[in-house]
Amino acid sequence: MSASTNATERAQARDPAAARRNVCLRLRVNGEELEAYVAPYKTLLEVLREDLGLTGTKHGCELGECGACAVLIDGAPVLSCLELAVQCEERDIQTIEGLARGTELHPLQAAFADLGGSQCGYCTSGMVMTAKALLDADPAPSRERIKEALSGNICRCTGYQQIWESVEEAARVLRAEKSEAKP
Amino acid sequence: MNAPEKPLKTRFDTVGKPRRRVDGRAKTIGQQRFADDLALPRMLHAKLARSPHAHAAIESVDVSRAQAHRGVHLVLTGADFPIPYGIMPVSQDEYPLARERVRFVGDPVAAVIAVDEQTAAEALDLIEVKYRPLPTIASPEEGLAKPEPRIHDYGEQGNIHRNQAYEFGDVEEALARSDHVFEDLFFYEGNTHLPLEQQASLASIEGDGKLLLQTSTQNPHYLHRQLGRVLQMPTAHIRVMAIANGGGFGGKCDPGNHEFVVSKAALVLGRPVKICLTREEVFYQHRGRHPVLMKFRTGVTKDGRLTAMHLQTLLDGGAYGSHGPASTFYTGVLTPVSYELPRFKFEACRVFTNKPACGPKRGHGTPQPRFGQEVQLDKIAHALGLDPAEMRLKMLTKPDSLTASWLRIGSTGLGECIEKAVEMSGWKARRGKLGPGRGLGLACSAYMCGAGVSIYWNKLPHSAVQLLLDRSGQVTVYCGATEIGQGSDDVLAGLTAEALGIDPVSVRVVTGDTGITPIDLGSYSSRVTIMMGNAALQAAARVRDLLANAAAEALDTLPDRIAFSQERVFAVEDAAKSMSFVEAVAAAEAKFGTIASVGSYAPPKPPGKFKGAGVGPSPAYSFTACVLETEVDPATGWVTVPKIWIAHDIGRALNPVLARGQVIGSVYMGLGEALMEEQAFRRLPPKLSSALVHRNPSMLDYKSLTHMDMPEVEVALIEDPDPNCPYGAKEAGQGPLLPVMPALANAIHDAVGVRIDEVPITPDKVLAALAKKAKGEVPRVGPERFPAVPYPEPTFVLPPWEGGDGNELKGRKAA
Ligand code: FES
Ligand code: FES
Repeated sequence: MSASTNATERAQARDPAAARRNVCLRLRVNGEELEAYVAPYKTLLEVLREDLGLTGTKHGCELGECGACAVLIDGAPVLSCLELAVQCEERDIQTIEGLARGTELHPLQAAFADLGGSQCGYCTSGMVMTAKALLDADPAPSRERIKEALSGNICRCTGYQQIWESVEEAARVLRAEKSEAKP
Repeated sequence: MNAPEKPLKTRFDTVGKPRRRVDGRAKTIGQQRFADDLALPRMLHAKLARSPHAHAAIESVDVSRAQAHRGVHLVLTGADFPIPYGIMPVSQDEYPLARERVRFVGDPVAAVIAVDEQTAAEALDLIEVKYRPLPTIASPEEGLAKPEPRIHDYGEQGNIHRNQAYEFGDVEEALARSDHVFEDLFFYEGNTHLPLEQQASLASIEGDGKLLLQTSTQNPHYLHRQLGRVLQMPTAHIRVMAIANGGGFGGKCDPGNHEFVVSKAALVLGRPVKICLTREEVFYQHRGRHPVLMKFRTGVTKDGRLTAMHLQTLLDGGAYGSHGPASTFYTGVLTPVSYELPRFKFEACRVFTNKPACGPKRGHGTPQPRFGQEVQLDKIAHALGLDPAEMRLKMLTKPDSLTASWLRIGSTGLGECIEKAVEMSGWKARRGKLGPGRGLGLACSAYMCGAGVSIYWNKLPHSAVQLLLDRSGQVTVYCGATEIGQGSDDVLAGLTAEALGIDPVSVRVVTGDTGITPIDLGSYSSRVTIMMGNAALQAAARVRDLLANAAAEALDTLPDRIAFSQERVFAVEDAAKSMSFVEAVAAAEAKFGTIASVGSYAPPKPPGKFKGAGVGPSPAYSFTACVLETEVDPATGWVTVPKIWIAHDIGRALNPVLARGQVIGSVYMGLGEALMEEQAFRRLPPKLSSALVHRNPSMLDYKSLTHMDMPEVEVALIEDPDPNCPYGAKEAGQGPLLPVMPALANAIHDAVGVRIDEVPITPDKVLAALAKKAKGEVPRVGPERFPAVPYPEPTFVLPPWEGGDGNELKGRKAA
């Protein structure tokens, strides 16, 4: 524990309201520098949704059990309900809102929309962001690899199969885009 | 008013083509708004205080300290809500906040409205409730044995909520004549919907002073009525907007305590008030699958045809009525739909217990008896040395026939479903030959395409659609239907587009808003595609007539020679005589004034006339056949399912991507129920008031299938268009769940020769059955006895083929 944390703890012991006092936070979300003035106990999920208006990230448990809240931090999928926002300063946060290229859907989004990967859509943000991390690391994952990578993301609607098909389709499209890009 | 469009159209622009659903874009870019995504200026937050006791009298509630807590704006208690509610007119037994009695751990007693959730949560701890614990009832058996204390002071007697009996033809006489009578007991454990979205609601007062509730409900119309009742307000001053649900599965059908609380708070405070239930609270809200104990006595001839069935069910209702009266019926009424059954007797009893209320979950009351029925058929086939598929094929109900219980079957594709599932799975070549520990199981099912009768009695339409066109070519379609993920908005846009010959993305869809849209009863009983769809086609036909009339004049032809396709309006005999759809709308607007229309739909009258004949009838039934492959590890009892084949008679697939998704999603949920999902409780010691606590109110502990557990599913959609349905389309959202559980049980028998007559089929049960088999005992795990239930004297009705007229035959029953 750093000295400053101890100082904060001591201050809070003297004055419980101190824990509630807002702190100013600078976050880099989808490439934008954003500032928010938030209670220090808030999770990244809460700050994204309640203070930055980025409600594309969902929650199904707020206990790290469902995967609906997954975002990328420095490229890796992270459950935003388990992350304190104050610990995310200086890190690169990506949410579903930053994925489309302008009005054009990212291939993962297009595939989920076209192939039934999204029914109610509530798991979709977490599912798509987790899949993005997978495809960034492995452009041609096997179906087994897709299942493993997404195994922490619960979907109650689809039965998963159309999600696997969507990820496979997006992987194909991304690979084709890449091979076109380098002539 | 109800005739669907005839003759059935056969060439389609939109129907049957795989398409991106109209809300697909919003859902994948994070733009779809769910109820908890909504926020309003000056919004406050609500939290509920819940009972720690399973059954107790409330002696006093002191909210003074909570009231004084900084940041708290309002504390509500039972005293603020004198009027009870309930989704069904016959069980208005709930209060938004408990008044004199709490009936399960989690029953809400008070609410705090504060500046933020944190403050509201702190204030909950400052509320002092004095309880006097009462004896608790954990199971229906216990409820039957202990009529006192009564959990409710209404119901049949003691703790029996509903008790009913029907007999269609003399069943004992037919059983006595049968070559064999099979008697089997089954138990189906309760489980819950677990929608990924936790319920959320935001109440506010609109500029005109009226109440607006934006909420994750499947049934805005029923909620609207109940709000008017509880808040004592004219319903015209209340607007309910069903926000797209993040999954429902039946869990958001009942009005929720929280919905009344935030509405009342907004009315008192004049500020927006929001609540979002925690995941733990969602388990208490429940309204999920009833635990059901069942006894089947089934007579068969030696060549395997049914002669009669006597079915008894005992439902664990939980603490409130909910949809219970309907659920009780559904544990029997659909049993005769799939196979010819000359006589049928059905007795059902629902008992109150001190646990969260059970209600409708996908398949509502029918998965339990379907499990029993299909496993028993497998046992019969084995006992008689018949192929279970062949035996079923020989006794299918016929199209356009009546059942012994006076349900009218319209189209049926069950035979084709069985043949397809058998073919896809290689059933004939592979069954019994997969080697040790591996097996195949088959089961079938039938489900309704919408309940024939509404939840409260009336003669009004069940669904209505309004269409508005303007000179820009814009088509806006309004309907009260609720998008819960199943794709109802897409069905509405797709059908409207097909009827008008335009692209579905040209249609603007406005749904689920009691302030703007015409009625739709809600997203339950697989009714939306059929009822909303028929209403939409009627509305579309009416505007098409106007457009055709104006276009014919301009194109110098007759109105009935006008066709609509690909955003154009043209003369069938000469496609050169054509104009764009936009021009046709403008021409019609010039000729007739503003172009709008309405359409509505009510199901046909049920053929049965006896009291109770209203539950079970439907405009059409869907049918499904499923083959499931399993591998059982004899050392651990672990069951794996590598593959499932399923054929579903959908009438017509409007958008095959969505139809297939509904089928696979149903298989997923059924397999979860078959293998692991259970809403189970444990009784604490008496010094802790014998409270019945939920064993697993979290997503980690309540086991459900992950990506890793889900097998590949091969789907066949059998298309045999039903004339009662829009372009022939039947339901797909519930029926395909039903055969999965019995197919698993039957596959396990094929694999290792043991019977698990109980759901979920967990490894401990498989091991216990294998141990019995090794010892030479009956290789079966399941319920051993059925208690004495004081069922009433049955309502006796003669089947159609015994000279019945659909009325009760009074005074019979000398036998
Ligand atoms: S909300 Fe974060 S894992 Fe469920
Ligand atoms: S689409 Fe509804 S939870 Fe996945």
